Amino acid sequence: MIKEEKLNLIILLVLFVIPFLAYLFNEPYLTTLTTKIVILSIAGIGLNFILGYGGLVSFGHAAFFGIGGYVTGILASHAQNSEQMFFFLQFDGSNQILFIWLISIIICSFIALLIGYFSLRTSGVYFIMITLAFAQMLYYFSISWPAYGGEDGLSIYVRNVFPFFNTMNPINFYFICFTWLLIFLTILKIILNSSFGLVLKACKENEERVKSIGINPFNIKLISFVFSGAITGLAGSLYTDLNRFVSPSVLSWQMSGEIMVLVILGGVARLYGPILGAVFYIILEQTLGGVSENWQFWLGLIIILEVLYARAGIMSLFLKDSKS
Amino acid sequence: MTISLFIEQILNGLQFGVMLFLMSAGLTLVFGVMGLINLAHGSFYMIGAFAAALFAELTGSFLIAMIASFVAALFAGALTELIIIRKIYKRDHLDQVLATFALILLFSEGIRWIFGAYPLYLDIPNSLSSSFNLPFEIIYSKYRMMIILVGIIIAIILYFLISKTLIGIRIKAGQNDREMIGALGVDVTKLYTIVFSLGAALAGLAGALIGAIQSVEVGMGEPVLILAFVVIVIGGIGSIKGAFVGALLVGITDTMGRFLLPSFFSYFFDNASATSIGSSIASMSIYILMATVLIFKPSGLYGVKK
Amino acid sequence: MSKNSILIVLLILIIGGGTYYYLEKQKKDDVVKVGMITTLSGGGSGLGIDVRDGFLLAVKDNKNIQVLVKDDQRKPDIAVQLADKMTQSDKVDVLTGIIWSNLAMAVVPAAVNQDIVYLSPNAGPSALAGKGCHKNYFNVAWQNDNLHEAAGGYANSAGYKNTFILAPNYPAGKDALTGYKRFFKGNLAGELYTKLGQKDYAAEIAQIRASGADSIFFFLPGGMGIGFMKQYAQSGIDLPVVGPAFSFDQGILKAVGDAALGVKNTSQWSKDLDNEANKKFVSEFKSTYGRLPSLYASQGYDTGMLLLSALRNSSISDKDGFRNALKVADFSSTRGKFKFASNQHPIQDIYVREVIKEGDILTNKIVSIGLKDRSNAYVDACSLK
Repeated sequence: MIKEEKLNLIILLVLFVIPFLAYLFNEPYLTTLTTKIVILSIAGIGLNFILGYGGLVSFGHAAFFGIGGYVTGILASHAQNSEQMFFFLQFDGSNQILFIWLISIIICSFIALLIGYFSLRTSGVYFIMITLAFAQMLYYFSISWPAYGGEDGLSIYVRNVFPFFNTMNPINFYFICFTWLLIFLTILKIILNSSFGLVLKACKENEERVKSIGINPFNIKLISFVFSGAITGLAGSLYTDLNRFVSPSVLSWQMSGEIMVLVILGGVARLYGPILGAVFYIILEQTLGGVSENWQFWLGLIIILEVLYARAGIMSLFLKDSKS
Repeated sequence: MTISLFIEQILNGLQFGVMLFLMSAGLTLVFGVMGLINLAHGSFYMIGAFAAALFAELTGSFLIAMIASFVAALFAGALTELIIIRKIYKRDHLDQVLATFALILLFSEGIRWIFGAYPLYLDIPNSLSSSFNLPFEIIYSKYRMMIILVGIIIAIILYFLISKTLIGIRIKAGQNDREMIGALGVDVTKLYTIVFSLGAALAGLAGALIGAIQSVEVGMGEPVLILAFVVIVIGGIGSIKGAFVGALLVGITDTMGRFLLPSFFSYFFDNASATSIGSSIASMSIYILMATVLIFKPSGLYGVKK
Repeated sequence: MSKNSILIVLLILIIGGGTYYYLEKQKKDDVVKVGMITTLSGGGSGLGIDVRDGFLLAVKDNKNIQVLVKDDQRKPDIAVQLADKMTQSDKVDVLTGIIWSNLAMAVVPAAVNQDIVYLSPNAGPSALAGKGCHKNYFNVAWQNDNLHEAAGGYANSAGYKNTFILAPNYPAGKDALTGYKRFFKGNLAGELYTKLGQKDYAAEIAQIRASGADSIFFFLPGGMGIGFMKQYAQSGIDLPVVGPAFSFDQGILKAVGDAALGVKNTSQWSKDLDNEANKKFVSEFKSTYGRLPSLYASQGYDTGMLLLSALRNSSISDKDGFRNALKVADFSSTRGKFKFASNQHPIQDIYVREVIKEGDILTNKIVSIGLKDRSNAYVDACSLK
């Protein structure tokens, strides 16, 4: 049993070492798989920020994950075919990954602002469902909008370009994603320890108290929601580059559910919880999938046991002083 | 477009709405009384349909199949409640989401394990397979008419059950103050089991009724589950009346959207793009409805403000 | 949990992983590795299971073929990752198995560009048949439009003048209606796109009734089609219905029930096709798996037979020779005649089948040929010769 800080460090170290081991054993797929873990962790961390610390259970984070993914796919496909974007934009898209990240973050923030502005009027289960409603609208739109492939999705064939690095090399791309993970972990740690973070946590506990000190909790929650959407959106952008492909399935409610399951599985309101959740989920999916055709049955069973007996998520299994 | 077609579509919307009500009634009660978010409610819908298909094949009787669906879902509900659900009432909503999500996996793969990967056969009885001739040259399916009737009868029974009987009073008391009814000597654990199983049974019956005209297959419950959540959120959680109104609203919006929007857009576009755009917006229509309702009434139409 | 038990678990994992890895590497190099990515769990898994069973039946006697089967859960991102795993870690020579067009679009372009041969046992999106065709991509089933085109052709010969057509609102649905219209010469009484996954068609059927159509064509795969056919039969409308085989195939017919009786559907294969290969396939499939084979099983089987024929006539180490051997298609297909067009999609007869009852079991029998030696509409757009 160890302290949380120590466990966090171990998690990062393991993630850091895996690609080298994979290289050593000539198993490049292990790197790809770990990249997926890292990307899903980023999406989970984004959700956990509002879900764990702000008590806002969004069942529509696939919206941001998907939009980040589609922004990336659309910009890249235009750049590859040198087609102009829409009829009024004199712009051919781009395959520069830095630029794509910027646009993804801006667009996801904007969408999160819109969704958040309307959704945050509600609370509790109503909030869960209204965020789902917005995500579903986008999902059905993406299926039936023919310009970018509809349900067939959009292939971009090669990853977007990062200065000085060949992103098609799995290890390079892995460390790009890993760096983003570190960046967001750092930023979130700073925010959570700042007065903003304290107010956000206070909103979860007692909104009236927040109001009484002259702060409008709506604004705090909206800013956090936008920030959370931007992080998840960036994860979506990376996911498109990982697969060199994007399709409406990243906007589906199952995707929202999967991100949420990672967060809860790992341990809500623990900064590194979603990472452990993602590791656990992917390992289960990979190993059970090889053992039995009915692997989802066993996955369900294991998750139920986890909920019943590891009450505060997997993180708590390793920790001495469980917070719950 | 003729009047008779329009009325027929309204009836279709009504039938869809009534079916959604059967699904939502249990969901809204379980949430209202026990505070439980039950994602696995769609699994009972599926279990009901599979039980009906099995018994229809064994006995050849549609009525027995329907009873079997109700009973099977009732037992599945009771069993789930006794083994798992009662351990998580007091938990965070998030734990409930995770546990019931896992139950979906368990039920879906379990059913597929037993019954195989292809859809099963379940059809309506011959006596109901023809149509009525109503006034204004409306032709309407007897079976769908029966679904509407069954749904309305169940709605009325539920209304009396909750407003006039002892168990209903306890359920309502439970919604208002959970600690209090326990203190008054009501066996809360038993009450919870009853409410949960009854909700599951209604979902099972809905699954069988609908399975007979759609398809009986693994994964049939989840799309309906999402719709049922939309319904109870529009109606206001915990309110049977809200679930009824919400279900009809969703049913009619969806059906009329599919019917009217493509022809509406054909005034502006050529036929192929009009049907394509129209049906895209139609598939978003109920979510637009839900978002609009929640923006103006954040706790749904009949919800209690907390 | 104590520190020691965690350590022990870790140790076991490491030793187990190492042993597994060692054993994997020990496998011989002269085998041909085939990676099969297909849908084995969740909705639509029946199709993947049939393709897999058909394929494995075909290659079961060949000890040099090692087949790696993985479940894509019908999710495109999972399919891409499995393809990455199979090409990067398992170093497969051939990929196959994908059922759905959207998954094929996610996997195939990248795989064929890495010089992996892909044999499609089911999906044939138009994007991979025209400009996007590739020397490493072979479609053993059909180009997506084929069965719908044959339905259009059949509608002409049956004398339909005013057809109501409907399909789900997604790319394959639009391709289906386009394919039908490409051959159908009459008028359209109505054209509808329904929601993907929709199961209730009361609203659409009411419109059909009001439209004055003389016939109906629909493409609604899976549970959608079951719902439509049952509700249509109950509606009392008595117009003839034509559709592609997907809604009337062996696996699904039982669920549609008597509502399907008499419906004409178009298919490149049928259980009662009179040729040696097909007879052998049907009887072996029945005795091995204890059920009647479906269209998908026949496609999986043909894919396996094609691969065997190419391996007989060439070596996998000589990629050009292997591709040429594939393109010759020197195998006896369960559909009788089979050869590849220049864009490596089949040229084959598309039959019109009718749903009948054999004793208690619903099945199909061939009534006529919808289109003879049909290639596809995209051959000219493909640069392959």
